[in-house]
Amino acid sequence: MKRNIPLILAFLAGLLMIVSEFIPHRPFSNMVETLENWFMIIAGFSIVLGLASLLQMNYQKISTKAENWGYHLACVIAFALIVIMGALWGMEDQPGLLGQGEKIVSWLGKKPFDYTYDNALVPLSATMFSLLAFFIASAAYRAFIIRTFESNLLMISAVIVILGRTGFGTMLTSWIPESYRIWQLPVLADFIMQYPNTAAQRAILISASLGIIGSSLRIILGIERSYLGGDK
Amino acid sequence: MSLNTSTILERRIVYLLLFLAVLLPLLFPIGWGSDVSPVVKMSYDLIDQTPAGGIGLISFDYEASTITEMQPMAVAQIEHAWSRGQKVIATALWPQGPQMAAQSFEEAKRNPLFKDKEYGVDYVNLGYKVGGMVTVQALGSSFKDVYPKDSSGRAWDTLPMLKDLKNLKGLSWICSLSAGEPGLKDWIMIAHDVHNVPVTGGTTAVSAPGFLPYVNNHGQLTGLLGGLKAASEYEALIGKKGPATTKMDAQSVAHILILLLIAVGNIKVWVRKRNNAKNTEVTNA
Repeated sequence: MKRNIPLILAFLAGLLMIVSEFIPHRPFSNMVETLENWFMIIAGFSIVLGLASLLQMNYQKISTKAENWGYHLACVIAFALIVIMGALWGMEDQPGLLGQGEKIVSWLGKKPFDYTYDNALVPLSATMFSLLAFFIASAAYRAFIIRTFESNLLMISAVIVILGRTGFGTMLTSWIPESYRIWQLPVLADFIMQYPNTAAQRAILISASLGIIGSSLRIILGIERSYLGGDK
Repeated sequence: MSLNTSTILERRIVYLLLFLAVLLPLLFPIGWGSDVSPVVKMSYDLIDQTPAGGIGLISFDYEASTITEMQPMAVAQIEHAWSRGQKVIATALWPQGPQMAAQSFEEAKRNPLFKDKEYGVDYVNLGYKVGGMVTVQALGSSFKDVYPKDSSGRAWDTLPMLKDLKNLKGLSWICSLSAGEPGLKDWIMIAHDVHNVPVTGGTTAVSAPGFLPYVNNHGQLTGLLGGLKAASEYEALIGKKGPATTKMDAQSVAHILILLLIAVGNIKVWVRKRNNAKNTEVTNA
């Protein structure tokens, strides 16, 4: 029973969504609207669940003094600080428990939450993402080696696309006359992106979509049950 | 010197070179221009050809980590829409989206031409909603039901520019600036494919190839901005020398450095192979 009721609910909800695509009229349209509202409410709860899980996982690491537990402590402290700042003084135009916090705003120039967001989170996140460039540069030097015919083709198209996406590439081939425009690097790069790349991307997209349809049907028909948890 | 030490040293040299390749062009701009690609022009034309008074929606589906690539697109599109007398709604499918939107509006208002743009009349920031595609689907029925209040808690009815807006069909264009899921794909599949509202988008350079199939004869995607280069092209189209244009020199030099590193890496392997072959010949002889 514990497993059958969720399976029946999943079947009915899935069936309803499929039917509503083909008959977008009452009562199906109204029912689907209600299901959409339910989904948004349930998805909202997943944020709370995520936060609870984050705190629980970090608490375990800190209490058992697992390896690098200091980082987990820093995470919890940062989390607590940002929640406290948001709760006390609010963010942007929204007031917090202590109102708009005029005094602290006159000192910091912004509300503490916004100040921390702009001056800590934004630069830190951008820095983390920027580090990828260093790994890519290092990996390009060590791993992008021509060994086969296919890797040769890949290398040639990569060089054209990389150069074509830079101002240097534009400058390099801007002397080519308009009648031979296709040989200008930016145009050649656009050609590679729009034709060979798009053809391959479409094939991947169609395959992935067929896979999604297949797994959705398996869930609706109750063949795939791993989302219910447990080992069966 | 052991192989491991040499690898670490090489890696450090690569990191240093890349650091300089990014830093120097930022300090001493080169000013390489670039052609505008057709997909960027399509996106520009969509906003440019929308009549004054039309309402456009920008969905801020990214967070701080991709701000360098995405924010210049947002600012350029807001400035473009305002210069054409249009109004802009900001929504977000990502939790940090409302902050990104607030920063973009703030930056656009620093332009003396737009300093008088008024919240609620020329732009609103509706904020974040969970649910991804389902949220977009719900917007197809009613905006007010999904966003009874804006991101600052103002009620829908107190925002004059939203007075006549019922659902997605009331929008002239939609642009999803998307750094992943949920994002641009959801807007294409619902806003364009179901409600027939023109959708354009911006993504990070690495995601752009995956969205090009949607720029097709059916107009699923009306143009696409892929990465910093597209942002700089958009800035060129609206006649602005903005952050993307400045940063493009740094990106160009970094790309050239990566190409040089690939070439050096290949030469190194080729030399090593040749030496190994020579050694084998000597041993066999």
